[in-house]
Amino acid sequence: MELLIGAGVIAATLRLATPIAFAALGGVITERSGVTNIALEGCMLFGAFFGILAADKTGSAPLAVLIGLLAGTVLAAVHAVASVTWRADQIVTGMALNILALGVTSYLNYEIYGSGVPSGVPLLPALNLDFLAGVPFVGGVIGHQNVLVWLALVLVIVLQLYMFRTVAGLRLRAVGEHPRAADTVGIDVRRTRYWAVLASGGLAALGGVYLTVADTGSFTDGLTNGRGFIGLAAMIFGRWTPVGALVASLIFGYGDALSVSLQGVSIGDLRIPVQLLSTIPYLLTILAVAGFVGRSRPPAADGVPYESEGH
Amino acid sequence: MIAPRPERERGTAATVVATPLVPLLEMRGIRKRFGELQALDGVDLVVNEGEIHALVGENGAGKTTLMNILYGLYHPDAGTIRYRGREVRITGPRDAIALGIGMIHQHFMLVPPLTVAENVVLGDERGGPPLDTRAIEQRVRALEERFGIVVEPSARIEDIPLGLQQRVEILKVLYRGSELLIFDEPTAVLTPQEVDELFVIVRQLRAEGKTLILITHKLREVLAVTDRITVLRQGRNAAQLVTKETNAAEIAKAMVGRELKELKARAATGTSLPILQISRLEALSDRGTPALRGVDLVVREGEIVGVAGVGGNGQSELAQCILGLRPVTEGTITVGGADITRDPPKRTRARGVAYVPEDRRVEGLVLPFTVADNFILGKQDREPYARRGVLEREAIAKDGDRLAKDFDVRPPNAKVIVGTLSGGNQQKVVLGREISESPRLIVISQPTRGLDIAATEYVHERLLEQRARGCGILLISSELDEIRALSDRIAVMFEGRIVATLDAADATEDRLGLLMAGHAEAASH
Repeated sequence: MELLIGAGVIAATLRLATPIAFAALGGVITERSGVTNIALEGCMLFGAFFGILAADKTGSAPLAVLIGLLAGTVLAAVHAVASVTWRADQIVTGMALNILALGVTSYLNYEIYGSGVPSGVPLLPALNLDFLAGVPFVGGVIGHQNVLVWLALVLVIVLQLYMFRTVAGLRLRAVGEHPRAADTVGIDVRRTRYWAVLASGGLAALGGVYLTVADTGSFTDGLTNGRGFIGLAAMIFGRWTPVGALVASLIFGYGDALSVSLQGVSIGDLRIPVQLLSTIPYLLTILAVAGFVGRSRPPAADGVPYESEGH
Repeated sequence: MIAPRPERERGTAATVVATPLVPLLEMRGIRKRFGELQALDGVDLVVNEGEIHALVGENGAGKTTLMNILYGLYHPDAGTIRYRGREVRITGPRDAIALGIGMIHQHFMLVPPLTVAENVVLGDERGGPPLDTRAIEQRVRALEERFGIVVEPSARIEDIPLGLQQRVEILKVLYRGSELLIFDEPTAVLTPQEVDELFVIVRQLRAEGKTLILITHKLREVLAVTDRITVLRQGRNAAQLVTKETNAAEIAKAMVGRELKELKARAATGTSLPILQISRLEALSDRGTPALRGVDLVVREGEIVGVAGVGGNGQSELAQCILGLRPVTEGTITVGGADITRDPPKRTRARGVAYVPEDRRVEGLVLPFTVADNFILGKQDREPYARRGVLEREAIAKDGDRLAKDFDVRPPNAKVIVGTLSGGNQQKVVLGREISESPRLIVISQPTRGLDIAATEYVHERLLEQRARGCGILLISSELDEIRALSDRIAVMFEGRIVATLDAADATEDRLGLLMAGHAEAASH
């Protein structure tokens, strides 16, 4: 039982869900505006590399967060120009940027660090809630989580309120559903989409910063390993809402945590096939996308470039 | 012949007479060109304050283009717009809204997952950054009470019927304080009951002092609810009328044009053998509303049957049903006795049915392909053009050159990209491809739309040639002159039905005009 729902497994779930949640939040923002951004994977990789590089060179973890975030935003800006201004195919552009990000970070990593890793890098601290130390379970789960884990949780709430409880959020949703309708009432479709794409890159980059500057303290080539894409799956599974994306990220995180905690465990003679267990979240995603788990519908204008009618 | 005067429900005829010194809106000499097409060729529109003004014309006459210019969606090539006597430049919807001009779009500009209230205030929420849903709904409810237009503010757009969605569009415009409301084909998607309710609202708005422009081609509606009428035809002003001094026949004449042509005397070649038989055919439009409501029609060998009607009364859908491009919901279609009601286009064409669609650039041709490649479309998988799935380039090129010469395509070079040809030469490519198969039946829509006189004559001669060969032809056209010049019999379509079928000799322009306007009794005069 301890291996399934113990505080250790749940705490690991939170840790493993955090980078996915950042990417998923980015996906929610950009797709709600009507732009698909599969370059989130690349943005995350940029965040991871430039984050740790900044931490190493500046010796400041907060500065590392800022620089990592900016790096992801810059990559997203390329996507914004291509998909909003030039109305390019968003999947092709996104894929190209992912490959670019992998190449750039691997090259720079080799040039700067060779085969070694930076040492003595300042890492982002955990938030030690000592007053929870005596509380069973809760203390073990959230007593020592990293600041970026908390930031992710706060951002979920902030973005949920932004999207559904503010005028700007209403306009964002209108742009993603029916850009022409938004245009005819004087909403700037282009500007809305630019901001959304930039924000998505920044958010995904935070997930990358978490992986290096909070978690491992080092960078390896292709370190993100598809977490940006899993974030997009979490976005779909979460029906394009911040809270839903968080829940989905936690499910994915739990799958990952289980496959670690159940490693080598047997029930009688049966070895638990952990690899098989960890596929469950992805099967759930396929079912969600296929519409079996309730209605999961993307914004109507998602991925469709907008051309204003003026001649 | 005395034209029947339809009843008009008009409470305050006196308001119509008072003409202010300065009209609310004055558009003068508006010109707009889209590529080859001169959509507007110096159009004037003058609208007085407090009136309901009808802007009528056939599809493609330029009504919507003119209104899109007024709303700032298009920029005119030439011409001036005066609003309340002052010359204005409208560069976008924002300018139009600021002036007090609002548009109720034909395709509603509503965001389906948002609520009625959210849609009404979108872009002009008056508050925030937090979204105060309750305040917004209260404001919308107050607006609804003022104008007597009722829709539940908290309902989602995707959950309410089209008639109510249209009310939301109207509320949106009123919320922004519009004085001049443009309705673009407002009844196109409505049921008859919803149309009646819309007219109640329209009259109410006039009573509130609003000015309305109604874009339509439905004469019944023009006569029922408007004060004055501007008729457009092919991008020009065709008539300026006062509703209570005119009638359906006069408006229809202005819409379709009245240049008379001599009917060519032709030997009757028609046999009694029917090639196309359609009975009780029903089908839906793209929007899911009934487009065909029980069409009965026969085309015999060696006969041209013209389908006349004001555009949008089901003609396009009829052609698509015959070819198998649109699902038939009721009724049957047979060709040469074989039931083809549910056949896909390939099987229908294999039975000897040729099709010249109304929009050659979209449906008839692959514009980036060469003339030769366009000639073999539909037979690209057969010998001699292909063997075992591999194209025979030589055979295609040879046949392309031969057809280009036979059908007078200029330049007579089959390697030319079709998209670079003129409209007339493009139409020759389509016609050549279809005729070269020696069809038993040709379904042809708007055969000469956008063509010059020479190309028009060429197309007409070829069609008569096919008729002489014994081919049956269903000719759908919005050009009444064309229909009268070519047809042996003329079927008139109105609101998804064939209201009458006349022998060409009996089909006077007046009778056709009345039938096209929905006055079925004209058939028996």
